[in-house]
Amino acid sequence: MEYAGKLFLILLSTILVNNYVLSRFLGVCPFLGVSKKVSTSIGMGAAVIFVMALASLFTYVIQYAILGPLGLQYLQTIAFILVIAALVQFVEMVIRKTSPTLYQALGVYLPLITTNCAVLGVAIINIQEEYDLLQTLFNGIGAAIGFTLALVLMAGVRERLELADIPESLKGFPIALITAGLMSVAFLGFQGLIK
Amino acid sequence: MKKSKIILNGIITENPTFRLVLGMCPTLAVTTAAINGVGMGLATAFVLICSNLVISLLKDYIPSQVRIPSFIVVAATFVTITGMLMEAYVPTLFNSLGIFIPLIVVNCIILGRAESFASKSTPMDAVADGLGMGLGFTISLTLLGIIRAVLGSGTIFGARLMPQAFNPAVIMILPPGAFITLGLLLGLLNKLTAKAR
Repeated sequence: MEYAGKLFLILLSTILVNNYVLSRFLGVCPFLGVSKKVSTSIGMGAAVIFVMALASLFTYVIQYAILGPLGLQYLQTIAFILVIAALVQFVEMVIRKTSPTLYQALGVYLPLITTNCAVLGVAIINIQEEYDLLQTLFNGIGAAIGFTLALVLMAGVRERLELADIPESLKGFPIALITAGLMSVAFLGFQGLIK
Repeated sequence: MKKSKIILNGIITENPTFRLVLGMCPTLAVTTAAINGVGMGLATAFVLICSNLVISLLKDYIPSQVRIPSFIVVAATFVTITGMLMEAYVPTLFNSLGIFIPLIVVNCIILGRAESFASKSTPMDAVADGLGMGLGFTISLTLLGIIRAVLGSGTIFGARLMPQAFNPAVIMILPPGAFITLGLLLGLLNKLTAKAR
């Protein structure tokens, strides 16, 4: 029971309290780049959830089954980024073969995920925090849900901003960053949820 | 192209942070103090120069289908080297930058320059571009770090700048401060360049 509580805490903490985008600054590039429309942001979010959960599992196995026993921990960065790049390619191929509708929905976002630093970030944090396999999985999924939440909320705000009367020099990235800042203030409010 | 022009291009005309808006994650995350900005900028510059050089040397041997994974491996190698060097010689800086050292490898600047510049240029031009982009990144990170540290803790490079009576705006060194500072700075630069035109 205590273990289940711990898992729940990891999930809650990664989604709300330590949101990967708004308080850890991981995955800010896609957060600013793909948040112009709600529909595309949902597609991107779904693809990230999928890849991040898989990447967490695979990097965990690589770390403890290959790098650890062979004493090759210093190769972590190279090994992880290769695994993620290969995984993204593989997932893309599998989805294209098995489910054309899902591929149409996720297809364009998949290649972008390789350079999403949240994916590599979550893999490294899993190892740093010494999570076990199940905790790793929950951390990966939680981080991805947190990313999706921030992305979709942001897209909703930006759709409204399109119609707003914004000073000429603040249009585009500046106002997006300021909006993200205000959202980040709102997420600071969750800080008291866990100790 | 003249080398000095390429370098200036990276620092001013195509400044990675203020003009291309690339590499946002480390820009926002590590700039809680100016010294972190300098460290992060120089580490990225080192990786950028080395990976640009190697990629432009290898450009004729890398098949175009596998170029992205190849670029990533080259960058990851230099990131690992940088991480080890920093851990050995500047451990405090290494600890305060933390996870963002390995994450240099997914910094869009590295892949972006490899793809759009280094893979099409001579080695010396690629090095000049790496130097310019790296310095441009370092300067913008340092600037952001200085603004946030002065407003958020009243210090600059660890030395007290503001008078004792100044009540630091803690929000500036918290995550929201990063977004808002960069947003306002970008807006200000837009305003200034629009006026200059």
